[in-house]
Amino acid sequence: MKKKKITQDKVVYFFNYVFLTLMLLIVLYPLIYIVSCSFSSGNALVSGKVKFLPVEPTLQSYKAVFEYRAIWVGYKNSIIYTVLGTLLSVALTLLAAYPLSREDLRGGKVFMALFLFTMMFSGGLIPTYLLVKNLGLVNTMWAVILPGSVSAYNVIVARTFFRQNIPQELLEAAKVDGCSDFRFFMSIVIPLSMPIVAVLALWVAVGLWNSYFNPMIYLNSENRYTLQLILRRIILMSQVNLSSSNIDPARIAENQYLSEMLKYATIIISSLPLMLIYPFVQKYFVKGVMIGSVKG
Amino acid sequence: MKEKDRRSKKQWKTYLKGHWQLYAMLVAPLIVLVVFSYAPMYGIILAFKKYQVSLGIWKSPWAENHGLNNFIRFFNNYNFKECLRNTLVLSIYSLLVSMPCAILLALGLNYVGNYRFKKTVQMVTYCPYFISTIVFVGIINMMFDNRMGVLGSFLHNKFGINVLGSPEIFPSLYVWTGVWQGVGFGAIIYIAALAGVDMQQHEAAIIDGATLLQRIRYVDIPAILPTAIIMLILNMGSVLNIGYEKVLAMQNQNNMAVSEVITTYSYKVSLVSTFPDYGYSTAIGLFQSLVGLVLILVTNKIADKVTGDGFI
Repeated sequence: MKKKKITQDKVVYFFNYVFLTLMLLIVLYPLIYIVSCSFSSGNALVSGKVKFLPVEPTLQSYKAVFEYRAIWVGYKNSIIYTVLGTLLSVALTLLAAYPLSREDLRGGKVFMALFLFTMMFSGGLIPTYLLVKNLGLVNTMWAVILPGSVSAYNVIVARTFFRQNIPQELLEAAKVDGCSDFRFFMSIVIPLSMPIVAVLALWVAVGLWNSYFNPMIYLNSENRYTLQLILRRIILMSQVNLSSSNIDPARIAENQYLSEMLKYATIIISSLPLMLIYPFVQKYFVKGVMIGSVKG
Repeated sequence: MKEKDRRSKKQWKTYLKGHWQLYAMLVAPLIVLVVFSYAPMYGIILAFKKYQVSLGIWKSPWAENHGLNNFIRFFNNYNFKECLRNTLVLSIYSLLVSMPCAILLALGLNYVGNYRFKKTVQMVTYCPYFISTIVFVGIINMMFDNRMGVLGSFLHNKFGINVLGSPEIFPSLYVWTGVWQGVGFGAIIYIAALAGVDMQQHEAAIIDGATLLQRIRYVDIPAILPTAIIMLILNMGSVLNIGYEKVLAMQNQNNMAVSEVITTYSYKVSLVSTFPDYGYSTAIGLFQSLVGLVLILVTNKIADKVTGDGFI
């Protein structure tokens, strides 16, 4: 009897390793494939020769990306919007979450309800669009970063963190010493809350960097476009305008598949920032999800 | 009475003297919340109006049929049934697949002894979550292209399947690529729940001669059930709201019959159309919001009744 149990468990453990290894390969393969494609020649790409490693390796596609002006305009805009939007959103979230975390805030329940309700009901696409338009924000950076800057979910996560990590005694001690709420918030709460600041900043930054719908409906001049909008044109709509870029016309004539090659390298170049930082920041993501999962 | 009034007023005054700074902190976020979340709710009356740009929201005349014309038009439109069906197919299919997959991955990771291997699997499976929708859909299109793509050309040459061109495949393509992108991240919350399981329960079960599968069934599953239910409730609210990002990006002429969902339809009749119909689109949005609200409340109620795990 006992022996049977042990063998069954061993089989289950074995299949578990097989299962997870398969998962690993399934997730990795498309990523490796795209990287390999970006280093392959146009001929190899178009005839579907790339299976795993680069075929007829070349750096042509990266050269084309570096000379494609629109991508770098988008890059610059995305960086600006992401940095400013993240600062704004994190600041607003912390300012909302701290008072709401205080047990002695009168009317806290009402304010909290005000935030919670927005998680369940919203005005919808058109009313929001018309509002942004009436405020004169269309085709400005603010249309991209302001509307979503206060998210009820983030406020709840930050509030839960404050409740769990800022001891009541600390506040009382500070009050005895005549410390005001502002000062307590700035010089004690914030320094003690760096993990949650990191979590929020990452969530917001990744969201802003990757989103395309809002920029698409609010931005209409090309010099304000975000990277994702440029990518949408190049990758999904195949609207590559090589003649308006700085790429040498002779090279375009020489390589008829250049616009196809450009797509792969663009994917790599645009995803690189997040791919490079995520191994270092993923633990904060995990932490944030865990704080968020606590019933608040 | 007056005495009491005065005293409570005085109490408030002393309270505010000590706490006004807390309210001051709330001012900026509340302004943003009111302007960008509550002010648009005023615009909802557009759903009951025949919107004319020159007249503005308030002065536009009410819609026919006691203001309900926009809704009647939507429900009677031949697109309505199709959009509703597509929306439900995609979101329910994806809900049914992605949750069990995330739970399965979490359970699998929970029983890996090798720390290094476990961390590697986790890190690699999170990775796709950081890829943007546009890039992700681009990768799908490239891999499944039936001439150039590595999977697409294989399926096309061996089985004659045109993945991107066949509407029947679209829902599965949408859902399973979604699993590819989200399973690692979706598993985090269940890994956290599993980490909270009391080891003594496992030890007791082992002494009682339980196999690994039995321990998973009787110790782990009940432990992650409350989390799963909360996730279900949260997801229920957005059953009708899929589409702004990924579906829209995945749409092409071939799959339109199965990929047109309510959100993409309402976007197209308003912001894309040469004759934008804002009232109509707002009505569709309101319909979605209300259904979402009802679904959240109903699932929450049921969950509360059945397991006591409701959260609102």
